[in-house]
Amino acid sequence: MPKNMFNTLFSTVYSAIMETVGLLAEPIQRWLGTQRMGYFFVLPNMLIFGVFILFPMLLNFYYAMTGGTQLFPQDRPFVGLSNFERLFTCGDFLNPNTCVEDRFWRAVFNTIVFVVFQVGGMVLLALITALILNRKIVGRGFFRSVFFYPVLLSPVVVALIWKWILQRDGLLNALIVSLGGERTLFLLNSNWATFWAIVVSIWAQMGFYMLILLAGLQAIPKELYEAADIDGANSWQSFQYVTMPLLMPTMLVVLVLSLIRAVQVFDQIFVLTGGGPGTSTFYMVQYIYVTGFSNQIQQFGLASAASVVLGLTLLVFTLIQLRLGRTNAY
Amino acid sequence: MSYIMEFLLARQGRKLPTVGDLLTYLYLLVGTVLMFGPVVWLVLSSFKTQAALVEFPPQLLPYNQISVAVEGYKDPLPLFEVTLEDGSVKRMAQVRRVGIEAQMVDPDAPEDIVKVRTTDRQPVREIAFAWENYTDPLERFNFWTYFRNSVVVTVAATVVTLIINSMAAFALSKYVFAGRDVIFVVIISTLMIPISVILVPVFLVITQVGWNNNLLGVIIPGAATPTGVFLLRQYMLTIPDELLDSARIDGASEWRIYWQIILPLARPALAVLAIFSVMWRWNDFLWPLIVLSRSELFTLQVGLNSFQGELNVQWHYVLAMTVLTLLPVSLVFAMLQQFITSGIATTGMK
Repeated sequence: MPKNMFNTLFSTVYSAIMETVGLLAEPIQRWLGTQRMGYFFVLPNMLIFGVFILFPMLLNFYYAMTGGTQLFPQDRPFVGLSNFERLFTCGDFLNPNTCVEDRFWRAVFNTIVFVVFQVGGMVLLALITALILNRKIVGRGFFRSVFFYPVLLSPVVVALIWKWILQRDGLLNALIVSLGGERTLFLLNSNWATFWAIVVSIWAQMGFYMLILLAGLQAIPKELYEAADIDGANSWQSFQYVTMPLLMPTMLVVLVLSLIRAVQVFDQIFVLTGGGPGTSTFYMVQYIYVTGFSNQIQQFGLASAASVVLGLTLLVFTLIQLRLGRTNAY
Repeated sequence: MSYIMEFLLARQGRKLPTVGDLLTYLYLLVGTVLMFGPVVWLVLSSFKTQAALVEFPPQLLPYNQISVAVEGYKDPLPLFEVTLEDGSVKRMAQVRRVGIEAQMVDPDAPEDIVKVRTTDRQPVREIAFAWENYTDPLERFNFWTYFRNSVVVTVAATVVTLIINSMAAFALSKYVFAGRDVIFVVIISTLMIPISVILVPVFLVITQVGWNNNLLGVIIPGAATPTGVFLLRQYMLTIPDELLDSARIDGASEWRIYWQIILPLARPALAVLAIFSVMWRWNDFLWPLIVLSRSELFTLQVGLNSFQGELNVQWHYVLAMTVLTLLPVSLVFAMLQQFITSGIATTGMK
């Protein structure tokens, strides 16, 4: 049987490789002792983690305080906080046109609008869908998969699917025209582009949060509902006094996770609209990408400073989650 | 309003009003159309010819006009259903078209040319799949190169991720050594730091190491994922220490304990991490976009993006390649959907 053959082949290769590494690991064990073999096991991970995550994280702060267009830090002049000063120099903070880095502030405002509507709409839809899937229905597994499926698609694929639907001769315009409406250039109108950026990312991510909420709902003991029924509670009351309080911890996780993701919105929308029309779907991560990598003049210092701002924003959300998680545990 | 509430809030195992049931299935039906519809539309469109794609309003299915070979004409002629002056309908082939008038010919009597107004005829069509949308890019573009790069990145990164993270998780769950808790806290505290926050310095490190424009630069940086360490460690904590002790008494080395006892026992957690890793890597976009600037190194996602960004977007090719790109993930999902959804529901990560 081919499956058996595959298993035999796999276990032969696996053992051969592992035995070979053992030739190295066993002398090390004699030298380190049993408990300190922990260092040996943690080493490969720590090397990659240290070089590609921890060190860059620390370096980012220094980078944000250097200028010029050279990549290597030793070639870059130290400029103190002037990158941050540049980002935060505004005549009027509510009007991006008066800022030195007007695109940064446009990105900030766009991101705020996106986060509010995307997270709000998505969590609400995810909750409704989870509540419905928690009912006694036929084919729950199938419908759960249906709502989850887009989560697996890559951002580029999602963007192309929708770009095709929203284009001038696309499916949506065909539907609108057949209902007597007028053709609209959805991705070339600033308000429509913002709207579709939000809708498309809700479409792509909703299933993930729906699934977490569904797991939370199913963890609520049935006895509590029975008790509520006996006490004469109607559906709304048992939702209000049983479901909501017990679902709260899950809701908070969903809220914070989706906030953190929404702040980092980039790839889907970048492929869908390229940040346009104008700067109407230009978000913070795209600002970092454009400033540091795709502009003719690569302003790494400015990009780093913006990413420090982004990182601090995410840190605030994470701390809120930890804080709420703690109060909830007690 | 009260019905809506009733319908939303009623739960399993209760007698439900029929209206509530109806609304439930209506919601699910509309939801299914909205979630699946766009993908189905993509797949249908990907089989249309270039001419059919620019048609407005678009046809649902991929149609192609039938052409017939007519005696005396070198190329096959497009077939139309023509309403003649006497009101009869006849199938005729078009020889040429001049303004609003077309010269038509009866395939059975190719000598007589009839002049017909273009409004008096309908093209005769049949359902036809434009497979050349799929085969052309495979020959003419770098599709296979992109595909191979994506496979290399996904497989290599997943193997490396599984090995180094399971080793670290083993160390952090089963050994007592100085600095263990510090290491764990540091790893966990970076759980929420996405690569978009440290783009510039990671790019510097990659350039310094010489991995700029190298698949290694895409594979390695994300391999030490805090999520993976955390997931595997939590799972390994449930493996009893007595197993390790008795193996030690039998003379097994620590390395042997790791690969012959721990890894096989941690298979469910490893499978979850493997699936996540495959999804992350196959779908990754921003980081490969920065590291890879030579087109022969592009992954599918980056390649697809550069195609759709061209001045004259060749939608018939882009759509077909998009379908090919979503196919592997969809197949894996179809096979493992129960496993994936329950894995995510219990770990709460993506």
